[in-house]
Amino acid sequence: MSAASRAEAPAYVATTKTGRFTDFVDERVGGSGILREFGRKVFPDHWSFMFGEVALYSFVILLLSGTFLTFFFDPSMAETHYAGSYTPLKNVEMSVAYSSSLDISFDVRGGLFMRQVHHWAALLFVASVAVHMLRVFFTGAFRKPREMNWVVGGVLLILAMAAGFTGYSLPDDLLSGNGLRIIDGVIKSIPVIGTYTSFFLFGGEFPGTAIISRLYTLHILLVPALILLMIVLHLFMVVVHKHTQYPGPGRNDHNVVGYPLGPVYAAKAGGFFFIVFGVIALMAGFFTINPIWNYGPYDPSPVSAGTQPDWYIGFVDGALRLMPGVIGNFHFEYIIFGHVLTLNVLLPALVPAGIIFTVLFTYPWIERWITKDNREHHVLDRPRNAPTRTAIGVAGFTWYCVMWAAAGSDLIATHFHVALNDVTYWLRALFFVGPFIAFAVTKRVALALQRKDREIALHGRETGRIVRLPHGEFIEVHAPLDEYKRFKLVGFESLAPLPAQPNEHGVVDRKEKRRAKLSQWFFEDRVVPATPAELEAGHGHHEAVEAGESQKTLSH
Amino acid sequence: MGNHSDGSPNHSGTVATAGQNEVEKFQDPGIPPHRLRLADTDPKAAKRAERQVAVLFGASVVGTVIFLVAYFAIDLGDDSSIATIRLQNALLGVGTAFAMLGIGTGIVHWAKALMPDHEVSEERHAIRTEDDRQAAVRIVDDIVEETGIKRRPLIRNTLLGAVALAPLPALAVFGDLGPRPDDKLSHTMWAPQEGKLKRLTRDPDGTPIKASDVTIGSAFHVIPEGLNELHEGKLNEKAKAVVLLMRLDPAALNPSAGRENWGYNGIVAYSKICTHVGCPVALYEQQTHHLLCPCHQSTFDLTQECKVIFGPASRPLPQLPIAVDDEGYLVATSDFNEPVGPSYWERDEHERSIKS
Amino acid sequence: MKALSQKRRHPLAAIALLLMGLLLTGGLYAVATTVNQAKASTAEFSASDAEQGGKLFAANCATCHGMGASGSQAGPSLVGVGAAAVDFQVGTGRMPMQMNGPQAYKKPGQFNEQQTHQLAAYVASLGPGPSIPEAGVLDEKGDAAKGGELFRTNCAMCHNAAAAGGALTRGKFAPALADVSGKHIYEAMVTGPQNMPVFNDANISPEGKRDVITFLKQIEANGSPGGADLGALGPVSEGLFVWIAGLGVIIAFTIWLTSRSS
Repeated sequence: MSAASRAEAPAYVATTKTGRFTDFVDERVGGSGILREFGRKVFPDHWSFMFGEVALYSFVILLLSGTFLTFFFDPSMAETHYAGSYTPLKNVEMSVAYSSSLDISFDVRGGLFMRQVHHWAALLFVASVAVHMLRVFFTGAFRKPREMNWVVGGVLLILAMAAGFTGYSLPDDLLSGNGLRIIDGVIKSIPVIGTYTSFFLFGGEFPGTAIISRLYTLHILLVPALILLMIVLHLFMVVVHKHTQYPGPGRNDHNVVGYPLGPVYAAKAGGFFFIVFGVIALMAGFFTINPIWNYGPYDPSPVSAGTQPDWYIGFVDGALRLMPGVIGNFHFEYIIFGHVLTLNVLLPALVPAGIIFTVLFTYPWIERWITKDNREHHVLDRPRNAPTRTAIGVAGFTWYCVMWAAAGSDLIATHFHVALNDVTYWLRALFFVGPFIAFAVTKRVALALQRKDREIALHGRETGRIVRLPHGEFIEVHAPLDEYKRFKLVGFESLAPLPAQPNEHGVVDRKEKRRAKLSQWFFEDRVVPATPAELEAGHGHHEAVEAGESQKTLSH
Repeated sequence: MGNHSDGSPNHSGTVATAGQNEVEKFQDPGIPPHRLRLADTDPKAAKRAERQVAVLFGASVVGTVIFLVAYFAIDLGDDSSIATIRLQNALLGVGTAFAMLGIGTGIVHWAKALMPDHEVSEERHAIRTEDDRQAAVRIVDDIVEETGIKRRPLIRNTLLGAVALAPLPALAVFGDLGPRPDDKLSHTMWAPQEGKLKRLTRDPDGTPIKASDVTIGSAFHVIPEGLNELHEGKLNEKAKAVVLLMRLDPAALNPSAGRENWGYNGIVAYSKICTHVGCPVALYEQQTHHLLCPCHQSTFDLTQECKVIFGPASRPLPQLPIAVDDEGYLVATSDFNEPVGPSYWERDEHERSIKS
Repeated sequence: MKALSQKRRHPLAAIALLLMGLLLTGGLYAVATTVNQAKASTAEFSASDAEQGGKLFAANCATCHGMGASGSQAGPSLVGVGAAAVDFQVGTGRMPMQMNGPQAYKKPGQFNEQQTHQLAAYVASLGPGPSIPEAGVLDEKGDAAKGGELFRTNCAMCHNAAAAGGALTRGKFAPALADVSGKHIYEAMVTGPQNMPVFNDANISPEGKRDVITFLKQIEANGSPGGADLGALGPVSEGLFVWIAGLGVIIAFTIWLTSRSS
């Protein structure tokens, strides 16, 4: 800006003190422009959109409570004798890390509360990330243009698990020590580099004296920094894309309908932070989490019944439990060229998690390839309106849950009075058939719900009022829907199988044929939305509903 | 919505939709008419909502006071009981919860009941315009041109080489995070020292065990003699050396050739470290003679030299050969005959070198 | 089920026989060592106790354990198991067993204190075995920290570090120890009921057992400083709680937050 133009501009002078202060800042950072852009930005409102916020707020609470804990925690594995006020551990030999964790619990004012806030917030953090991802998956929010943000979300899930696991290990109690020992066992099973990796990680033999302080550095520095970085990326992309919205009257891919950021949305979102904090505080005040004083110091000899990781690592632990080490005479640990291949550990530790995360990261591209759909989608699918995707999601989640349940096989056995071995046998079976059952059931349920939507759109809502007609017939009165409610039920797009398309050389190649087959599988069972013609054609023609279903030949 | 010609400016148009076209579809009726709330029409309701919000904020103040009182009035002295800590913890929780939920629910109630709730529609804009794309391409081309990297392959190639090699020092640093494994995993403290056999001692106090102490049905948790006196690496040694000592009817044991003398009168000692991933296998069922690992449920049968009969482990638990010394104490006649604990890549090599 | 109970029977019968042989003949172990200081002391039992107990035994227990408690296909011999075993099994209601199964369940006792005493007297009269512990070791005034160390090394792998219980193989389990009397805990340690190993006095001294009981009673009386303990079952119950209660409450709030005001 030239001196001349500056002179020309009539200088704004604020009248109040606050005004002068705001103006001072604004002139230097350009806040007005930011406010102009975002102050009235529109956000759609739906309860299922709040899980990402739960995750963000849990993370803020984790940073706050975690900072408090670092003031008192000492990650040293040096030997000491407990001298704090918890008598059942008086004078017991333990590490400084464990001793300082006990001090936080018993001798630091409010320390126990902070520990419990931190741990409950951690469990809630990972849980809300997971639920948020499920919501995004089942509503198709990962579609163009949000594929990359879906991937960032997946990375955040992994980082959240890493943050959780490194934190779980810090108190150096018996539970976390045995958890580390399991990790050590898994690392040692890695071919070629396993033994070395284990020695490098632990600074020598297990357990050594280095691991706690190393995990501490990761837990309070590297992992949170990466999480913060990913959150920034994630939110940046949310701003670029604007939020998705559920289908409904007035909503389409060109607009976003909701409340403006200022004041309503900001107030709700801001208030929600305090609500999440309050709920976590309630849990921390009334429910014990990770009672480290029960477990005692880490010692390689003892172990406690019910030794499990926190819930988010549970599925890996469950997979480890489900894997048989020997089938008949076949040992899954075998020797190849004089070296040991520990498949009974490697397979369950790496394969299920590998499959889950590979599918998770690539799913947007898989679906994009099958549908050849390159359009931007800002209106979500109701899960029932994408039956195959919903069924895939539920099948995957079921698979995860089988492994998850396996991590608690001993507790299932004791609490339901069944044999531990039988629980394992059943879960092994479910590991293979569970996803298929879940797929079939979910797809049927989704189609049934779509049919019900059609029914309601065409015939109206059942009122429960039975009327006798003059000629003696009894009928239930159906109340017609208003056009807004009807549009909610009919305003979706029903994709049909897309036959193989010739490429630029006019040839239908093999890959394309495969794609066409998948497309057929994806969309062959379909319930098309009701049309105005059908509504006109007749009230009470039940056949119309059935006819809309499964027209496999339609696109051929 | 349901309109397959909308979306981004560059849609592919190949998406097949079933039997739908513009004519056959329900038309979007637009945003439903705005419905007024109680507080919009009834000033009394608005006043009531205002008071409710104020009460919620007031509750938050009460919560803060509860927190402060609980924090300062309850003293955690040396003689504080668990009940005191529990009370303080609960009150801190109640205080924080009230303070936070009061503010949170108050603001949300304010927003819901009193702030304008007209739904508004905002246009979405193209994330990337063709105009921007072309400008960006021109800029990048200019930048590349100005660096001259295409014209000067010498610079490009040496830079690539330098960058490729630069991370090597980091790898070297990684290599110093710990010592090399060598054969550390294949030895334990049980190896006789200067010809003196190690006694089996009780975990954790380290007192030696007489054979006569071990009655049928007993299980002893055992550490090697001298472990508690170690100043360095005590836990490292313990992590490999812990042993479970049990006695059963000698007739129930079926020792294989070469292992007949590894027990004494039905007393046998097995490594407690699971061959799966290393949890202590310490659950001994004295009637079934099964050993169960509580972490992943591997089950070992003591009567078959700890063969795996269930669960994810693949290898039997290593047995520690034991005998009785002149004073009647149990001793280990040698170290384990194989590396203990979970398998690792070099394990077979180590086992062969121990046995030879 | 039948095969299972048969499996159980054989080793037990063998153990009991062996014990009888060792103890009755005054063999090497029983005499030369102090393995079980709690020797058969019938002093506290009168002759009439034993006699009454014999009648009760014949009526209620002999079907399985045989006349003269010498064992049968259905139950082990009780010669030499001592008064402690009877006091534990009958006192906690595990015996008489309701039905065959992997494990006898704790249930309301079928016999009153006097009858239990008489049964114990009868079985103790058959051969020396661990006796009912004296009040001195049950005073819960031992060293809780030492007891905790012993508990973690010897007991926690089955009973859980907070004594909340745990699973064993094929339908068996280690019970939770809250609400179990110090006497019964002591008796369980010296006799090794069912699949529990025996912790004789050479393994854990009476003093050590006193410490263990002190520890257990202390953590039971203390409760958890952090509030409700969710069964003290560890991360599984914590995870369930955060998913069901934690997320449940949060979802309730989100629904309220995004619903329109009336």
